[in-house]
Amino acid sequence: MPTAQIALTAMVNGLAIGLLLFITAAGLSLIFGMMDVLNLAHGALFLTGAYLAWWIGGEQQTWPSLGRAVVAVVVFGAAAGGLLSLLTAPLSRRSHLEQALLTLGIALVAADVLSALFGDDVRATEPPAGLAGTVTVAGWSYPSYRLALVGVAALLAAAVYWTVERTSLGALFRATVGDRDMVAAVGVDPRLVRGGVFVLGSVLATLAGLLGAPIYHARPGLDTTILVLALVVVVVGGLGSIRGPLIAALLFGQVESVGRAVLPGLASFLLFGTLAAVLVVRPRGLFTLAPGGRR
Amino acid sequence: MNLVVRELSAGYGQGQVLHGLDLDLSAGRALALLGRNGVGKTTLVSTLAGLLRPTGGRVLLDGRDVTGWRADRLARAGVALVPQGRRVWPTLTVHEHLALATRHGGRTWPTGRVYELFPRLAQRRRHLAGQLSGGEQQMLVIGRALATDPRLVLMDEPSEGLAPIVVDEVAEALRAVVRDGLTLLLVEHDLHLALGVTEEAAVMVRGRIVHRRPTPDLRGDLPTMQRLLGVAA
Repeated sequence: MPTAQIALTAMVNGLAIGLLLFITAAGLSLIFGMMDVLNLAHGALFLTGAYLAWWIGGEQQTWPSLGRAVVAVVVFGAAAGGLLSLLTAPLSRRSHLEQALLTLGIALVAADVLSALFGDDVRATEPPAGLAGTVTVAGWSYPSYRLALVGVAALLAAAVYWTVERTSLGALFRATVGDRDMVAAVGVDPRLVRGGVFVLGSVLATLAGLLGAPIYHARPGLDTTILVLALVVVVVGGLGSIRGPLIAALLFGQVESVGRAVLPGLASFLLFGTLAAVLVVRPRGLFTLAPGGRR
Repeated sequence: MNLVVRELSAGYGQGQVLHGLDLDLSAGRALALLGRNGVGKTTLVSTLAGLLRPTGGRVLLDGRDVTGWRADRLARAGVALVPQGRRVWPTLTVHEHLALATRHGGRTWPTGRVYELFPRLAQRRRHLAGQLSGGEQQMLVIGRALATDPRLVLMDEPSEGLAPIVVDEVAEALRAVVRDGLTLLLVEHDLHLALGVTEEAAVMVRGRIVHRRPTPDLRGDLPTMQRLLGVAA
């Protein structure tokens, strides 16, 4: 394969990974930024989405099974988000360490339950007919599913971005990031905002797991891998922001994919090296607000 | 809205700041709450706004016991807060601030009326609050409080850090609040402003109200002002 085609493949792969990471990390960023809750169970939601895709669709998905899986992950994500909101509410004014211990405990329990239910083997699932092959354009071949993933994930990312930046619901989210007490002082029940953010963030994580299932395959340990990547994206992008994680996710998608193609032995060093470099230059992340609202 | 406070105690952690405070404020009246730094004025405002939970005593609004209510519930009941330090939402535009507050009110003070009161906000309606000047942020916070259609407005140092010309604009807004028949509790270090827009003044010392009288009387009583507030004769 010519070098240009290898590079193009790596870059589109990076775009797909980046958008998937953004959908996962957006929820984590909102939950941390708005509610000040460090949710280490976020990776378990992604993994559950991936397992549900395999459990409902089997090794070879069909369009009807994919539709059922979408409904299932949305319902599960909403229920899990509501439950996480209730479980973490008593610790809302406590330290991050206490919140991290609680959500880490939930993540460990979730991982054990998933292992007990689905076993320790890799649960690979293939996309439905029509998305299983490759698309060839001007001699360049690329897996159809990954191309579709770029489209769907881009639509989801755009919807999240538009909701947060352009709607009154998003204004409420951003106001809560800015000053929760003042949101309550204009009459908004903070418990509803909290529940809504947890539900939205969790649904995004389980949906990302469903979309990522044919690429990453459901398996023990995937939750931790995804959680670490999402945390990197959130820390670099800036807590409580949407634009920051989007840019950071797209950056890390390219570092991960192009890095693996160009320097396969150094890919993970490149990832965390980039993290360190960004944090040296911008210790508060790319888009964390400074006092007074300056970026 | 009638406000009655009886034996109110509140503080932070183990430290009590309010020690059995009593306060009566009749509907439609404006009261200036004065006192030196650290006597508990902001603690009282935070407690009445529901941001701080009282450790004892009672708070009644129009005869209804609202002790311990959360801030959102009090806001829906008609209590608005203009907090110390402005506390705008930096990533929201001016218009988004007012729209968010108006979703739960806006009958008496729709966005248009807030813009009439503060024309500068209308000019900057699409600007982010974090990009506004201190004076504009203060106008925005007052406008945000009014947009919730309150019946009792709690204001904590609205002139803090503002240029004199902006303080005049803020004073005009406070007079509009009073003219509208809203009940106003005003914590303010600027005596000219505080005594200029209110009918009565109360002085706090160590978590209690120790002195209260009509503002014209207090203004003419320099020895009392000097003793309680440290005002130079």
